[in-house]
Amino acid sequence: MAGIPHDHYEPKSPFEQWLHRRLPIVSLAYDTLMIPTPRNLNWWWIWGIVLAFCLVLQIATGVVLAMHYTPQVNMAFASVEHIMRDVNGGYMLRYIHANGASLFFFAVYIHIFRGLFYGSYKAPREVTWIIGMLIYLAMMATAFMGYVLPWGQMSFWGATVITGLFGAIPGIGPSIQTWVLGGPAVDNATLNRFFSLHYLLPFVIAALVAVHIWAFHTTGNNNPAGVEVRRGSRAEADKDTLPFWPYFVIKDLFALAVILTIFFAVVGFMPNYLGDPVNYTEANALATPAHIVPEWYFLPFYAILRAFTSDVKIVELTHFLTFGIVDAKFFGVMAMFGAIAVLALVPWLDTSSVRSGQYRPMFKWWFRLLIVDFVVLMWAGSQTPTVLTGWISLLAATYWFAYFLVVLPLLGVIEKPLPQPETIEEDFNAHYGAKTHAAE
Amino acid sequence: MSHAESPEGTRRDFLYYATAGTGAVMTGGAVWSLVNQMNPSADVKALSSIMVDISTVQEGTQLTVKWRGKPVFIRHRTTKEIDEGRAVKLTELVDINAENKNLPADSDATDQNRTLDKDGKWLVMIGVCTHLGCVPLGNNSGDYDGWFCPCHGSHYDTAGRIRKGPAPRNLEVPVAKFENDTTIKLG
Repeated sequence: MAGIPHDHYEPKSPFEQWLHRRLPIVSLAYDTLMIPTPRNLNWWWIWGIVLAFCLVLQIATGVVLAMHYTPQVNMAFASVEHIMRDVNGGYMLRYIHANGASLFFFAVYIHIFRGLFYGSYKAPREVTWIIGMLIYLAMMATAFMGYVLPWGQMSFWGATVITGLFGAIPGIGPSIQTWVLGGPAVDNATLNRFFSLHYLLPFVIAALVAVHIWAFHTTGNNNPAGVEVRRGSRAEADKDTLPFWPYFVIKDLFALAVILTIFFAVVGFMPNYLGDPVNYTEANALATPAHIVPEWYFLPFYAILRAFTSDVKIVELTHFLTFGIVDAKFFGVMAMFGAIAVLALVPWLDTSSVRSGQYRPMFKWWFRLLIVDFVVLMWAGSQTPTVLTGWISLLAATYWFAYFLVVLPLLGVIEKPLPQPETIEEDFNAHYGAKTHAAE
Repeated sequence: MSHAESPEGTRRDFLYYATAGTGAVMTGGAVWSLVNQMNPSADVKALSSIMVDISTVQEGTQLTVKWRGKPVFIRHRTTKEIDEGRAVKLTELVDINAENKNLPADSDATDQNRTLDKDGKWLVMIGVCTHLGCVPLGNNSGDYDGWFCPCHGSHYDTAGRIRKGPAPRNLEVPVAKFENDTTIKLG
């Protein structure tokens, strides 16, 4: 499958040969599992497995929760309490599902930032990156609609605010919003369709994950050195790679075990730590909670949405230039989606030919600042709007865009990269010594 | 596919385009029914008017009723609120349109154009922030003694006009009228 030379499946027994002629499914599984993987992958490369596990965990717990949940405005809140109190082990299933979403996003953010640091989005892996971004978008849609289902106050008002984003589109916005909601406001029609889509989207994600894996199995994994696996001969390729099974599977499973230990400690001892207590109050269309905040994993983008108020100069200018069509509200919505768009377009915004950030002395610092920026945005998104948080949000949002639209394009031109290793073998031996290789 | 030299096309070309065209229309129709089912259903669209009894609404208080799935504020304003609202010049406003469904669409956002009665005692508005749809807090909240939206910090004055924050428009005044001295008809 990949361009890297490696062993392929040979059907041996008569049954295997019989099946192989009809459906080469064992061959597909074998080649996927035995994919030659760069020897020098570090611990930042374990999050893919964690994410795959999260998807399975969420689908498994979600399917059983759906056996007890009722998507109807008068019964939804009660049915979730029924799960918590009456269903055998229901509280555990729900806490795992709710915190599982947090683990899913925690893992995906590390996975994305790992890709940003090591240049995993660069040629020839742009399609892998774009598919990954589609998965991230589908994850956000799924998580948002899932959060509406318990029909608490934060569910209802979160749904009202987020669907209100569609209403900001000039002209057709209100019609789209009504179409999404199925009425003038968030109500039974909204809840029912969100349940349907919340059940559907994870399977779309599963399909996208398969394409994501297919794409990077075609190009081969990126690695911390950012240099390609040698493909000239089998002997060369073997010096740069090891098969995924058993070497990386065991490593990844060890990391997963450590992460799950922490995860289940959270689920067991502080299951509501990441949740909002207001969501244990049933939805009420006549009273907005004093402070609406999304779940933590949406906070950075929520901060960007709120950052561009009508008194910001660039908003005033845009308002003037578009003859008032783009107001502060639509500007904020565009900024929020734009923040994700620049992330998706990073393969074409980064002009440096050096993949790994390890060999980019200036990039390193801008990248570290981006991580700080992301955390600052997350904090700003959680605060009640004040003048100070408004300024911090605006400053942090500006850096987010500047990193992708100014810093990355310029660095490729002005930065002098450090010498890179010639091969993965050289990088591996520099870190772990040549003897490990000889003993193998 | 063999192609005829004649510019007017062949019988085969005609059948090809006719079949493809029919297929596209049929597919479009099928997809449209799947899209259109998400639009408001007949029971949701069967919008009713409601009568609201305001005899118990004291001066300086607000009644909130649910109408078409949204809260409607009915405020009995104090003299101070009326004076504050009338002292505001149009040039101080973010949105100079009255946003009043009972008046022509280009009416100015004067205090008089916002209220239901001549004296300006009764202010009826959809209680949905024009930013992203939260319900603003009342009882002289915010920097302008009117309403304050807790979600993203929009401030409305005593006539429900947007003064500060991300919201683009004044709170909407719905179709409403006095049925008699103590009853308001919404819709």
